[in-house]
This record gives sequence, structure tokens and C-alpha cells, in this order.
Amino acid sequence: MTQTWPDAHGRFGAFGGRFVPETLIPALDELAFAFAQAWRDEKFRAELDDLRRNYAGRATPLYFARRLSAELGGARVYLKREDLCHTGAHKINNVLGQALLARRMGKPRVIAETGAGQHGVATATACALMGLRCEVYMGAEDVRRQHLNVVRMRLLGARVHAVEAGSRTLKDAMNEAIRDWVTNVHDTYYCIGSAAGPHPYPFIVRELQKIIGEEIRAQSLAIEGRLPDAVLACVGGGSNAIGACYAFLEDRGVRLIGVEAAGDGISTGRHGASLAKGKPGVLHGSMSYVLQTSDGQIAEAYSISAGLDYPGVGPELSYLKEMGRLELASATDDDAVAAFSRLAKTEGILAALESAHAVAHALKLAPTLSSDRLVVVNLSGRGDKDVETLATRLLSESA
Amino acid sequence: MSAGVVVASPLAAAFARAKAKGSRALVCYLVAGDPDLDASLRLHERLICAGADVVELGLPFSDPIADGPVLQAAALRALQGGMTVARALELASRMRGAVPMVAMGYYNPILAFGLDRFAEQAAAAGLVGAIIPDLPHEEAQSLRSALEKNALDWIPLVAPTTSPERLVAVTAGARGFVYYVSVTGVTGARTALPPQLAERLAQVRKISPAPVAVGFGVSTPAQAAALAPLADGVVVGSALVQRFHALGAGAEALDECETFVRELKAALSISPRSIFPDR
Repeated sequence: MTQTWPDAHGRFGAFGGRFVPETLIPALDELAFAFAQAWRDEKFRAELDDLRRNYAGRATPLYFARRLSAELGGARVYLKREDLCHTGAHKINNVLGQALLARRMGKPRVIAETGAGQHGVATATACALMGLRCEVYMGAEDVRRQHLNVVRMRLLGARVHAVEAGSRTLKDAMNEAIRDWVTNVHDTYYCIGSAAGPHPYPFIVRELQKIIGEEIRAQSLAIEGRLPDAVLACVGGGSNAIGACYAFLEDRGVRLIGVEAAGDGISTGRHGASLAKGKPGVLHGSMSYVLQTSDGQIAEAYSISAGLDYPGVGPELSYLKEMGRLELASATDDDAVAAFSRLAKTEGILAALESAHAVAHALKLAPTLSSDRLVVVNLSGRGDKDVETLATRLLSESA
Repeated sequence: MSAGVVVASPLAAAFARAKAKGSRALVCYLVAGDPDLDASLRLHERLICAGADVVELGLPFSDPIADGPVLQAAALRALQGGMTVARALELASRMRGAVPMVAMGYYNPILAFGLDRFAEQAAAAGLVGAIIPDLPHEEAQSLRSALEKNALDWIPLVAPTTSPERLVAVTAGARGFVYYVSVTGVTGARTALPPQLAERLAQVRKISPAPVAVGFGVSTPAQAAALAPLADGVVVGSALVQRFHALGAGAEALDECETFVRELKAALSISPRSIFPDR
């Protein structure tokens, strides 16, 4: 397989492209040019590398979950500890690169959309670090269920706009961020958090997140002397999944498994499984799998985890699904909560509810594999932000 | 396609008629099914009575990224009333006749409907063109060919950020009109028009092979009057949709919209002839 995508039009096969108002096209051209230049610039790369190492805390460990593996009685389960990154999730990898780029492009104002709030917190953090103004759009429903992250963003000096439109979640936050960008494009950098949106964002975010998989690859070789048999990641928009999987695309022996949010159940219609249940369409600037009605209206996604509560997915994952390179799985709210609990009690790790979806699938997969098999779960974020949600759920269960 | 036969664009003809009468084309926007089919039909009738030269029929979408709060809310009302692409086309066929009408909508519902099927049924319903705000030049080829096969005009949007080189590419082959987006921003009424608008419009009109209409933010007769010498036409959307909705979409709202459109149309006159309206 040759990894020559995206092409000059930002296409991953039939997916990707640029479906945005004309006003933004010149800005996207400018961004693509600036990123290509920066990515070739050794000084830019060195500065990013230093920040990754000394500010974000990379490389993150590839941790052998000994007790969990023993309990499951199958494959050896490793956790890629992105939850140990500064700000508590993989989102910082992307944002450090984009904030450096914003500064390099001379844009004093940075906007972002956020679902779970992790990307918002990461953006607020990088903006504070680099002296940039930061405004974050967040669905009002997410503001409620991820209140802790709202407070964190404000403490970091960011302005948080609660978006009341539509389902009041990530989709609506992204609509509003795009509207802001159309209006303020002359001085504003739009820092997209997922490997989604119009070209070049899916490319930029993949390039900035692929370090996760590169580290997994090197660490697996160092620890086990071989590559993993499977890499698991949860899929919302897909930045942690493409980040974890990209380094393995040509390693045909490594199964790449994307775990989507099945919400109340994949057959209930209340879920966030865009790859499994969506159809190709256009949302937020690119062609990709989209949950939609037969009339082409965007459907509302649902998941207990705000980061997976999104009716779209990035174009590269759409392409990898279509090519059969990405296997699909899903986990319900209940599966994710159970996996969260089990990981907490066996390994002393509180995973983000998003990442708990990937853990949930590992709980099913590992026992079916022999003990010489290696399964890596990308633990994309930590669960502190979800404690309120879980507390409410536990209270209602015990009532 | 029949070789060598070029049918004149009804849109360009409408712009030319307005000009011949010493005026500019007034393009009026309404959302199909806001709040219901009957209201749209009645509003359309009154827009025509009041002197609209072209009508834009908005196809509602759940996630309209180029629209401000007024048109977002209008789309939501229409969707809650059960509006679909198929029903909007049915509505268009009931409106057909008096003045040329174009569809304005986002890409995904049209993609889901089928590009060829959309173009065929739009033509059958009497529509003469399409404006798709989230479908830039580079992505538009498939839809453009489908439209052209059915003698419908693709109406390109040009923005304040569009470079002169890009202007040439984007407007190449335009027949009906070119839609100039007055501001960097979303749709919605604005109190002031941007300072470099005159210069930009002159540039766009010089390059565009088709008439140029300016939209986004035009909300008063005074603004229309200021734009009349600068553009071939003016698009009024949010200001009209807002009036219609705020007054309850009934008789009073219809009267008010008709008066408003008459005032806008009067403001677009560019020669003394217009003080003797021939209507």
C-alpha cells in the first residue's frame, strides 16, 4: 500500500475535499501552504519536538496491563497512555502544532470547537503558552455534562461560548466555529480538534497525531520484540484513531480496530456510529460517513461520552473503512461504563469515557486470543472530567 | 444536448429587463415551507406583486453553516413542518410562472436526493438555477454538469476574499448571474455595508461574464439605493424572512412584506424613468 493520500484536492479516495463557503477557500489555501512550509522547516519541527517532550510529557508510556490481562486470560493487553499527556488527553499533540502554526501565520486569535472539552482545554492551554487569544465553542449540553472542563478553559483565560442550537453538542459547536471563522477569517486561526473538516485539516491533524502510533510501534518492538496484533482506538471524529493507526497502515499483520459509540445500542438509532451506520455525505466541510436521514438532513448522534457524540467522522477513516483496512466495532454506554469500572479496579486507571469504549472492546477481544498475542488499546484521555457523569449514573442506579 | 442551440438564461434576461426599465434586479429569498406550504405560496405571490425580479427558494438544511440566526431558525421551522427536497420542488412547481426562480440550498440534501434526479426534477418544476453556498468551484463539477444537462444555471458565489485570479476561474461559464457575498460572514441583516464594497463590485463586474447580484446583509431600502449604481442586482433574504416571521406569517405579515419589497424595488431605480412606474 502506498500512502499517497490525500491528493492535491484533499481527497482520500472519494472522501475529504472542501465543502465550505467560498469565503474560506483562500484561507484554507493559505493554511495548507503555511503548514507544508512549517512541516519542512527544521526549526519548526525542533520547537514542536521540544514542546512535545518537555511540555506535553511525550513519549507516553506503553503500559502492560498485567492484572487486567491475567483476568481476561487471553492476549496481553497494553495501554498507550495518552491520558498521561499534559491536559489529560491526546488532543495536546495536535494543538501544540496548530498553535505554533497560528503564531507563525501571525493570527492573534484562535477559535476551536469542543465536545468533551479536552480539545478546548488543550487549545486554551497552548494559547496561554503562546500568548494567543482563545475562544472555544461548546454545545450547551456538553457545557453541562463536562462542566469541569469549562472551568478549566476559563481558568486558562479562554472564552467559552455555549451553543444552544440543534442538539447542543459537538456538531452544533462546530457549525458555530465555522460561522465565526467565516466572519473573522482575516485575523483568526481555526484550530480543528479532529481529523475532520475541510482540507487541509484532516491531513494536518493526522500528521500531528501520528506520533502516537509511531511511539506504539517503537515501544512494542523494544518491549516485546515485535509489532502488536491489534491496535484499538475509539472513534468520534477520529483523531486518536488515525493517530494510533497511521504508523501501521502498511503492516498488514496488525489489525486496526475503530470502536464507535453504540450509545443505547447500535440498533436503537441512538448512537454515534457514523462509520457503521452512516452514509457518505457532506458535513463540516468534507465528504465522509455521516449519520443522516433519507432526506439528507444530519441526524443527531447520541453517546454518554461527549467526545463520541458526533454524527460525522474524518475522511481518512472513511477511506480506510471502505478499503477494509479499518475494522469496525462498537461499545454501548453500558459497555463503556463497565469497562471504565473494571479498568479502574484492576489497574487503578480512570479512563475517559471515550477511551473506555476502546477498553470495552478489548475486554471482548482479548479473551478470544491466545496469550502470545498483543493487543494495544489507545487510552486517549483520562476520566477526571467524567466523574460527575459517572457519579450521577451511580446514584441513579443505587436509588 | 442539441448542438449549437444556446437558450438564453431566463435569469440574465430578468436582469436585463430590470436594467431596461432603469432599475436593478431585486432578488427575494424565502425558505420553502417556513412555516408551512401555504404561507410560502402566499408570500411568493406577494413578492411578485411587489416587483421581485427573481425569487430564491431556500431548501432548508439542519446544519446551515453559512447562515446567521434568522435563517437558521427559518430552516428549523420548515424542517419541523416536514419540508424535504421533494416537497420543495413540488412547491416550486406550484409557484412557477411569473418570474424566474432558483433553488438555494446546502449540498448534502441535494447529494442524498441524487444530483441528476435533482437537476431533472428542478427543471421540471420550472426552476432555472441553483445556488449552493457550501459547494465551492473545485467541488462543483458533478452538480454543474447535471444542472447544465437540464439547462439550469449554476450560480457561483464570490466572496470578499476571492482573489482576482480565482474570480476568473469561479465565474467562468456563468450565465444566469454571479452572487457576490458582500461581507466575510454569515447571512443576516447588517446596519452598514463594508467600506471596500464599491471597488470590489467594480472588479467582479469587470471579470464576470454574467450580471452580478450582491447579497448578505442587505436589509434596508437605503442600502439597496446605495448598491443600485454598483451592482446589477440585490439579494434580500434575512430581512424579509425576519419580517414575515415576526409578524406571524399571516395577512399582516404579507402586507408588510409586500410594502417592504415595493420600497426596496423603488430604491433600486437608477434613472428618473422609475418615478413613472409602468406596473
